[in-house]
Amino acid sequence: MAAKILVLEGVTKKFNAGTLDEKRALDHIDLEVAQGDFITIIGSNGAGKSTLLNIIAGTYLPDDGRIMIADRDVTHAPEHQMARYIARVFQSPTMGTAADMTIEENLSIAELRGKRRGLRWAVTQVRRKRYREILKVLDLGLEDRLKQPVGLLSGGQRQSMTLLMATLTLPKLLLLDEHTAALDPRTAAKVIELTDTMVTQHQLTTLMITHNMNQALRYGNRMIMLHQGRIQIDVQGDEKRQLTVREVIDKFGTTLKDETLLACEPASSS
Amino acid sequence: MIILSILPISLEQGLAYALVALGITLAFRVLAFPDLTVDGSFPLGGAVAARLIFEGVDPTLSAAVATLAGFVAGSMTGLLNTRLKINSLLAGILMMTILYSVNLRIMGRANIQLLDRPTMFTFMENMDISRYVPVIIFFFLVTLVIKALLDIFLHTEYGLALRATGNNEDMIRSLGVNTDNATVFGLGLSNALVALSGTLIAQDQGFADVGMGIGMIVAGLASIIIGEAMIKPNTVFRLTLAAVFGSFLYRFIISLGLRMGLAPTDLKMATGFMVILALGIPALKKSREGKIHLRGI
Repeated sequence: MAAKILVLEGVTKKFNAGTLDEKRALDHIDLEVAQGDFITIIGSNGAGKSTLLNIIAGTYLPDDGRIMIADRDVTHAPEHQMARYIARVFQSPTMGTAADMTIEENLSIAELRGKRRGLRWAVTQVRRKRYREILKVLDLGLEDRLKQPVGLLSGGQRQSMTLLMATLTLPKLLLLDEHTAALDPRTAAKVIELTDTMVTQHQLTTLMITHNMNQALRYGNRMIMLHQGRIQIDVQGDEKRQLTVREVIDKFGTTLKDETLLACEPASSS
Repeated sequence: MIILSILPISLEQGLAYALVALGITLAFRVLAFPDLTVDGSFPLGGAVAARLIFEGVDPTLSAAVATLAGFVAGSMTGLLNTRLKINSLLAGILMMTILYSVNLRIMGRANIQLLDRPTMFTFMENMDISRYVPVIIFFFLVTLVIKALLDIFLHTEYGLALRATGNNEDMIRSLGVNTDNATVFGLGLSNALVALSGTLIAQDQGFADVGMGIGMIVAGLASIIIGEAMIKPNTVFRLTLAAVFGSFLYRFIISLGLRMGLAPTDLKMATGFMVILALGIPALKKSREGKIHLRGI
């Protein structure tokens, strides 16, 4: 068994604690993630998927429980310190990049994730040359637009770039929060393929939230389903490979809202 | 003829106040933080330098201390906002109000005259040419150096982090930057520039007054708006250039207005209207096209 890169023990997060609106977003979550795991996360709206990633990334602090990354207790570490271990890609393409800054500046910011930033020149010739090489992989022509502001790019281009930025300095843990949901189907398919290539190529330990059950089953070596703040399904390896959308729906269809079910209908055409 | 005659005074003032415009640009445009500390940190620079010079301290050293005082004042506003979670506008207003008393304490009275004291400008008095020439050259060099340093800084690793803090705070935090510290440092730097301007102007005109900062933000904003209408700020170099050029144009317009009969007491009202017009016309036209995009407002 590979080393545990992430361990959650009894992690609980309540919102509006002590009021009538109290909501247990996460309810005593136990999760062990092994080095190199590519885990897809499904669940209906409000199941706690995003809260889970936010807790791991340090955006929220848990009310209870313990979080360990690479054998270090990071339960109370603030978000900016977690950047040493974690890279994230969010749902909205505008969230992962600085629109008014140029492509090369964005890449340079990302390359220094979790590192000390000093008074050295940020975009050096060496870096620029490297960025140009790396951007060629995307095949979007971005390598010739290094000095253009990111705000000029399309959503798909920005999201592809964000993905590239996340892996520029390899993270211990990559968190993807429905990062293709805001894209049109064709672009989404491209970005998800790119994701799979990068994760496989770098053997990145990855947690990916998705609303698309086909995606959840097709990619990764493990799938978990959250429901009302608890992990309801946790399948991996062969068991996951053999699982079909139909089976998941038959078993748990009642707990998944329509949106998730709808998302898997037309996907057979892709 | 009028234009030629007001050119020297516009140049002198435009360059002298350019540091204020650069400071406001750093806060409003780069950090997207609507910082109102400026109205207090500008006279703070004047007050600290005037008091020190009055006590016999070297004028250049006094200017350095005054700049540092501005840095502290700006950092305080940043701390109020980031640590105590006080709304950014209110944090600036609080600091501005506190600084009014602080400035009176520093000077011990409402104003200090420096006419018989040595200042950084004293050596120019004995020159055989119009005083405008060396003063304008002096302010030009200071502005040039500060603008260049600011441009360089905003292209360093930390400078990029600072710009990203204003552009997409969530993103840069998730990349490991303590955005609270970046805000505190950025506001410190911004107000250091403003205080430096205050101290140089106090030394140039030979006195510091507790009221010399009133309306400084609005004047600075007017400068930035005018500058950005002329020079599209799509790079850091152009952004800071717009601030400097706008500062000159603003002072030029003001001098022209005064020449043509505008009462000096109506100056701040006129400036206010200028800013309202620039920001409001696009809204009245119900079109976002051509709207002057001024982050931080």
